[in-house]
Amino acid sequence: MTEFLQQLINGLSLGAIYALIALGYTMVYGVLRFINFAHSEVFMVGAFSGYYLARLFPHQNIATGLIVLFGSMLICAVLGVLIEKLAYRPLRNRSTLTVLITAIGVSLLLQNVGQLVFGVNPKAYPALFPQKNLALGGGITVSSNQLVVLGVAALLLWALWHIVVNTRIGAAMRALSFNRTAASLVGINNDFIISFTFALGSALAAAGGILYALNYPSIDPLMGTLPGLKAFVAAVLGGIGNLPGAALGALIIGLVETFVRGSRWSTYTDAIVFSILILILLFRPAGLLGKLQTEKV
Amino acid sequence: MKNWREQLLSAIAALALLLWSTGCNKSGGEAGAADTIKIGEYASLHGSEANFGQSSHNGTALAVDQINAGGGVLGKKLDLVYEDDQSKPGESATIVKKLITRDHVVAVLGEVASGRSLEAAPICQQNKIPMISPASTNPKVTETGDYIFRVCFTDPFQGKLLAEFARDTLKVKRVAILNDVAAPYSVGLAQYFREPFLANGGQIIIEQKYSSGDKDFKAQLTSIKAQNPDAICVPGYYTEVGLIVLQARQLGISVPLFGGDGWEAPELIQIAGDSLTNTFYSTHFSPIKDTPEVQNFVKAFQAKYNGETPNAMAALGYDSALVLADAIKRAGTTDPAKLRDAIAATDLTGATGRTRIDAHRDAPKAAVIITVENGKFKFLRDVQP
Repeated sequence: MTEFLQQLINGLSLGAIYALIALGYTMVYGVLRFINFAHSEVFMVGAFSGYYLARLFPHQNIATGLIVLFGSMLICAVLGVLIEKLAYRPLRNRSTLTVLITAIGVSLLLQNVGQLVFGVNPKAYPALFPQKNLALGGGITVSSNQLVVLGVAALLLWALWHIVVNTRIGAAMRALSFNRTAASLVGINNDFIISFTFALGSALAAAGGILYALNYPSIDPLMGTLPGLKAFVAAVLGGIGNLPGAALGALIIGLVETFVRGSRWSTYTDAIVFSILILILLFRPAGLLGKLQTEKV
Repeated sequence: MKNWREQLLSAIAALALLLWSTGCNKSGGEAGAADTIKIGEYASLHGSEANFGQSSHNGTALAVDQINAGGGVLGKKLDLVYEDDQSKPGESATIVKKLITRDHVVAVLGEVASGRSLEAAPICQQNKIPMISPASTNPKVTETGDYIFRVCFTDPFQGKLLAEFARDTLKVKRVAILNDVAAPYSVGLAQYFREPFLANGGQIIIEQKYSSGDKDFKAQLTSIKAQNPDAICVPGYYTEVGLIVLQARQLGISVPLFGGDGWEAPELIQIAGDSLTNTFYSTHFSPIKDTPEVQNFVKAFQAKYNGETPNAMAALGYDSALVLADAIKRAGTTDPAKLRDAIAATDLTGATGRTRIDAHRDAPKAAVIITVENGKFKFLRDVQP
């Protein structure tokens, strides 16, 4: 039982990070109907921004940790907007496939520029927040980092939900995801809303990158690939384009991954996670919470 | 008209081909007549085991400098041609092929990681070019063929000494193993630890696995913790080991963790920091040993590399180049077959002690056990073979 609860905590904190990344995939899909594969590299840049920002503060406490976190989110928001403006906007009216391939290109570009600028050697990540291990009794231990991950993720998810549901700009995002042409006809500035969506998604990915690096403090320019793919699986599992679905899918993926890893099939972890993708595409292509839409002709 | 053009084109093509082939011959001839002896080296200068590659390369480069300063070998200077495999699987075979076929090196030095040495060894063996690995401990490396040597001990020895260390010094009976299934080094060392440890009444209560490049080990460690082991054996490389030690302590696992020479890098301390208290590993060399060879090597290394203290990989990289130069000297030629025989007859004292090549082309040597105290590596003791 102790082991089960401990794995539950491990899995939830991993799932919370995947949720932050998965939301970026799902939001972009919602408004533009394509998968932004460069998203996992934004996640990587987020972790590295945190690494360099943290050097400005030789003595770390909660306040400097939050400054680093929000600073990196800001940097990545700008990066996300730039990627959209330079790479995707010129292709806005081309077929989805063209944009998809461009996204893969941007992803490779960022990986390689990352290797050039940051170097290919793994870097040890600084502890941004004061660290402590809390024994919960019964042999269960939670590190303060895991609590930070869960807390920050919950807070950001709540903030995102609030933005999408309760604000005018959120309403515009939802309008755009229903019908782009109709949205522009009623006076919504499509370009601005799309930029805003990218900024929001990228900021969440940056937060995910920093939280990931806090828990697994060794970062390198290729670190985004695997978590990015798993977050993508999570987004599809929950129903791509659906915000609560992405969060739910991410938690499921985090838990499945942790429980498989702790079992004797640990070497098959990634295989099992990706076969979930295949199964969901076979039996419930719209995902757990998604609605199946027939292609309009 | 068309016909004439075609003829002209083919004439130009033939001329170009002729020029190119004579050009090639010429440069080949020059290389042979030059007054240097080209030796090749491949190392992981970047990537997840960058510290190993850079250390062994620095050691090798220091040895080559010293040999050249002393007049070289056979009246010629050594020319070290080195390539970076970026710690990636699949790279080392390609670059060793390039070293042999394009640079025409007389022998190849490398690698530290057994997995990458195992990729390159068959190429050296096929081309009958001697290869000396500085620090690959997996026995399969030299089993590849009679042109493949190493200047370090092997994992059966290292595994046995870890088993004895666990039983006699740590006084533990119930041990968990967490090993890297993607690294032949780690799989081998785990196996060579398991056998003698079980034979002497120890118990392996749980075995968990991970793959190089993983970052999350909490799940495996949680299931290890549930079995309540007396100690955990982690025979991996430093990038992952650092994260494993850190996450083990975060989960409240306070028992000793121990492993092999894959731990030896300052990055281990950068990643895991204070969590490393009560951890131990075995390796090839300690810079605080008081023999003249060690002290001269440490001084020369620090003078060349801004006061950096050499680690085991640097010492072995240094020794691998000394062994090669000594063999060229004794063979009196760079003919690969004679060079091979000369390397097989090596008996030389270097930075890591006396190197004698045995019938399996390995070099049985003493090991040292290191612990970490207050964020610094600390020499614990010697273990004789």
